[in-house]
Amino acid sequence: MSETLSVPGQASTADRVTVSQSGPRGMISVRCDLGGSKLAAAMSKLAGVDIPEPGGINLKGPNGLAWMSPDELLVLGSYENAVTDAETLRKALHGTHHLVANVSDARAVFRLEGALVREVLAKLTPADVSPAGFGPGQIRRSRLAQVAGAFWMPDATTAEVVCFRSVGVYMLELLTNAARPGAEVRFF
Amino acid sequence: MSTRLSSGGRLLDRSRAVDFTFNGKRLRGFEGDTLASALLANNQTLVGRSFKYHRPRGIVASGAEEPNALVNLSQGGRFEPNQRTTTTELFQGLAATSQNHWPSLEFDVGVLNNYVSRLLPAGFYYKTFMAPRAAWKHVFEPIIRHSAGLGKAPRDRDADRYEHFNVHVDVLIVGGGVAGLQAARAVGAAGASVLLVEQTAHWGGRAPVDGAEIDGKPAVDWINSAVQDLESMDNVRLRRRCMGAGVYDHGYALAYERIADHIPGNDQPRHRLWRIRARQIVTATGAIERPLSFAGNDIPGVMLASAVRDYLTNWGVSPGDRTVVVTNNDDAYRTAIALKEAGLDVPVILDARPEATGALPDRARAIGIRVASGRGVATVKGGRIVTGVTVCAQAGEGAPLEQIDCDAVAMSGGWSPVVHLWSHCAGKLNWDPANAHFRPDPYRAPTNQSGEGFVKTAGIASGAMSTAEVMEDADAAGKAAAKAAGFTAKRTAAPKGNSEVEQPMAPVWVMPQGAGIRKRMKMWLDYQNDVKVSDVQLAAREGFESVEHAKRYTTLGMATDQGKLSNINGLAVLSQSLNADIPQVGTTTFRPPYTPISMGSIGGEARGALFQPVRQTPIHDWHSANGAYFEPVGQWRRPYCYQRTGESVEQAVHREVKNARQAIGVLDASTLGKIIVKGPDAGKFLDMLYTNMMSNLAIGKCRYGLMCSENGFLIDDGVVARLDDDTWLCHTTTGGAERIHGWMEDWLQCEWWDWQVYTANVTEQFAQIAVVGPNARKLLEKLGGMDVSKPTLPFMQWADGTIGGFDARVFRISFSGELSFEIAVPAEQGAAFWDALVAAGEEFGLMPYGTECLHVLRAEKGFIMIGDETDGTIIPHDLGLGWAISKKKADYLGKRAQERSHMTDSARWKLVGLETLDGSVIPDGAYAVGVGQNANGQRNTIGRVTSSYFSPTLGRGIAMGLVEHGPDRIGETIDFPTIDGTGTVIKAKIVDPVFYDKAGEKQDV
Repeated sequence: MSETLSVPGQASTADRVTVSQSGPRGMISVRCDLGGSKLAAAMSKLAGVDIPEPGGINLKGPNGLAWMSPDELLVLGSYENAVTDAETLRKALHGTHHLVANVSDARAVFRLEGALVREVLAKLTPADVSPAGFGPGQIRRSRLAQVAGAFWMPDATTAEVVCFRSVGVYMLELLTNAARPGAEVRFF
Repeated sequence: MSTRLSSGGRLLDRSRAVDFTFNGKRLRGFEGDTLASALLANNQTLVGRSFKYHRPRGIVASGAEEPNALVNLSQGGRFEPNQRTTTTELFQGLAATSQNHWPSLEFDVGVLNNYVSRLLPAGFYYKTFMAPRAAWKHVFEPIIRHSAGLGKAPRDRDADRYEHFNVHVDVLIVGGGVAGLQAARAVGAAGASVLLVEQTAHWGGRAPVDGAEIDGKPAVDWINSAVQDLESMDNVRLRRRCMGAGVYDHGYALAYERIADHIPGNDQPRHRLWRIRARQIVTATGAIERPLSFAGNDIPGVMLASAVRDYLTNWGVSPGDRTVVVTNNDDAYRTAIALKEAGLDVPVILDARPEATGALPDRARAIGIRVASGRGVATVKGGRIVTGVTVCAQAGEGAPLEQIDCDAVAMSGGWSPVVHLWSHCAGKLNWDPANAHFRPDPYRAPTNQSGEGFVKTAGIASGAMSTAEVMEDADAAGKAAAKAAGFTAKRTAAPKGNSEVEQPMAPVWVMPQGAGIRKRMKMWLDYQNDVKVSDVQLAAREGFESVEHAKRYTTLGMATDQGKLSNINGLAVLSQSLNADIPQVGTTTFRPPYTPISMGSIGGEARGALFQPVRQTPIHDWHSANGAYFEPVGQWRRPYCYQRTGESVEQAVHREVKNARQAIGVLDASTLGKIIVKGPDAGKFLDMLYTNMMSNLAIGKCRYGLMCSENGFLIDDGVVARLDDDTWLCHTTTGGAERIHGWMEDWLQCEWWDWQVYTANVTEQFAQIAVVGPNARKLLEKLGGMDVSKPTLPFMQWADGTIGGFDARVFRISFSGELSFEIAVPAEQGAAFWDALVAAGEEFGLMPYGTECLHVLRAEKGFIMIGDETDGTIIPHDLGLGWAISKKKADYLGKRAQERSHMTDSARWKLVGLETLDGSVIPDGAYAVGVGQNANGQRNTIGRVTSSYFSPTLGRGIAMGLVEHGPDRIGETIDFPTIDGTGTVIKAKIVDPVFYDKAGEKQDV
């Protein structure tokens, strides 16, 4: 008898977080001295944004620069241009110690939209995703459930999640499950 | 008998009846009931049987500390054993069954144990079932397991969903009683972010039941305004039905939210496990009342005095018409007064103290209750329910002074602060002799990464015993936590608590104090595990002086309640037996979780399709659609083979092997690790990582390399390609990609941080496909785009170009011994490139092949496989790979270790090929036996099989193995006894490990 009981859930469609997989994105991994003048000039030209602060991401349209570690940046752009953009960067950094690798194909990208987007992330990542700890302009390299992932918020109700392409199927299922209605916490 | 009163019950909604069943019997309660209160309201006082003696068990408590009233709850996918009725909210259709009885709760055969209980003292199992050894497994254990045990294991798949939730807050407050609420107000007012969790569905804890006043208002009014106050604060979050389960290092805490236990089937997650990172934690966890140890204190109807009061006030339930109250403190008088005021009879309050003075005893006397001081219970009368008590002098040996009929006994042995969460992370305790309990020592708090205390206690959890003290302590704890979290507390006064002034309690560990053995054998300390005063005393006499040993010997404080009621009483009895002070004996260790939490909540979302991530290559969908029989390789799924209709797995593998040797095969090799290593010091770095030279590899060329740990053992292998002047591409094994990348970064970041080397793991950037077989070149030439002829692209070289319009990097490397090209294309194009190869390859006889074919091909060629020929104890020399160890280099990782005497011992087992005399396949892992026996009387072994396959190419079984002096014994025959019970011995000849094309002509064409 207890199996058939039903109490209306708290979900309202307005709260629903939608999850979708994006097409391939241009992503170039750059390792070098982040304070170098050649780098700043090249990035300004290529992505149109400044070198981000630690933990930061600077976005401009489809382009952007994300801080990955004290000597690593991720360059975001169009997938189609990634190969030539990587070559441009290699040339620009010629003469300095650097590594430029096109990793666009190695990734899967997801977009989460909705007022409760932080909650969906908080169900999966140990990173602090409260407004006090995280928001637009910042990137986190962390973990989502059992796999590595990075995420940032283009705006207050949107998040983009990046993971390795081999676990893209897992990630889509994972995000969709976390966004399933009826489990709203309304914490943030 | 217990019953529902016609009025009262502050938590009930009497307009909403709720139907439920207990052991199939249809019963009715109200919304707001717990299962325990509803059972009592229906006069169901017998709710289970005890673990060992199968004695009747009734409800003894009203909260998380309940040891007795555990039930099997619900059915099918929601069945769960050992659910505490006292913390189970009643819902429509709830179905519970009692546990630990056979054949029925009312008539239980196991109760026979009760009559022979004298033969079942502490340590009985240890003493009785020692010998013969074999009897334990086959006779004793099955019988004991049948007769002992709590709930049943669930059979069906869990019907619910679960999740985790990660939050970071300045201050976590555990416990939503008046102390927790006030602490939260103080922290919230300071501006810090606060999470306040309360394990029950109600705020305020015990204060409303105990009749406290705060700021001149009844507790309920103060609680309501405090909750409103907190709800209006933006920085405060409140969660009910959410239990602080554990406190861990660095301010990490777990809380267990029971979202849908009381509303099953509504599609919300059943449980949510909160993973909380807090700067400060305040535990306002309250206190638990202790039972008194008198004979028959386990008979249903004997309850904690506080629980009697709870059932009366919260749920309008009378535990009996006539209730005897027995106590060593003033608090139990509140129960007597409440009962009397509810129109019930309290024949006597037996107060073990020599005098009962003060406000509460006076009030009890004033309303006509008889107070007998210096008295205790000699024994409780009754079987399945209390029928009366025999009164005695507490100071004596239990001579009966008086018989009093009653149907319930309310007992109170004083209060113990709930110190569990404080203690989880090594918070220390002090013994408080005045209240006879352990309480937290604020000067020895659990410490964080800075060596500063990160847990504070509030209210009675600190040992503050009156409402006034509780409010002051909680306010101070909140302010201190806010300050420690980096905020400035508001200078406001604490609320003023008001309650009757209480007289000191008197410790009573045994009632009466001089009770003889017959009485002590009926004084229960641990109800769930049937541990009595006599058992603990016996343990002490038998030398179990440490409280931890005594616990395990007697099972005191084990099982699902973890001794919430028995802990202090048990160690008090132990300390008396040892003639030591209680603080000298100490407590057992408190470990999380506070009460059991569901396995589902621990797993969270990781079940079904999300149980484990499965890595898929870009060509995975094609494999799935074309008969792939998958096997796990690391977290990847790789095709083991591609089965055709009517074909067995073995047949498919044989077909694939022959086809690759005779025509052309393609293999999805995308999972192989690909790590770019670049920089001015990259050559030097790789020379250290690999046993052979990589710095002198010419641009455009490939070289097979070995990697060892610093202990000299092989950890990975693969082909390295030199891409340009300062860039190398290192291929690793499938399972080694992340591990070797981490290994590289470890050395670069921690040891050789001044070397100019960058690495990047680009494994998933590329789909890599091996095109293998005599027709391989024909296929690539047909697709066109680049010159793949031998002169332009010879063996062990690579080139960039296009093939069939795809951007490709082509490596002339072979793990099969055939003409072979490994072609890397951008992963996005991997599936399309595979399709193009398959379509164009049809005329050349192309078939895809899987990992088993790969293994057979490499074994036929004598190529080693990391994880088959290596197991963490193998050095390159064992495998005949000395040629891959550079003699020119001054150093590499593992070099020094490989020079140790054991590593250079000529008797180390070395790699050879093995050919069975009868052509059969030796079981993988089989051992070769030598002459004689070792020190353990086992036959000496001289080798073992590391890889073993049927070779379709050669039409016979082939194997590789490690054999003592193997390479020197080529041609000899050795014995591999089987372990299938037939006694068969497989004879195998030691041969060269390369079975096929020893000269390597086929791959170099």
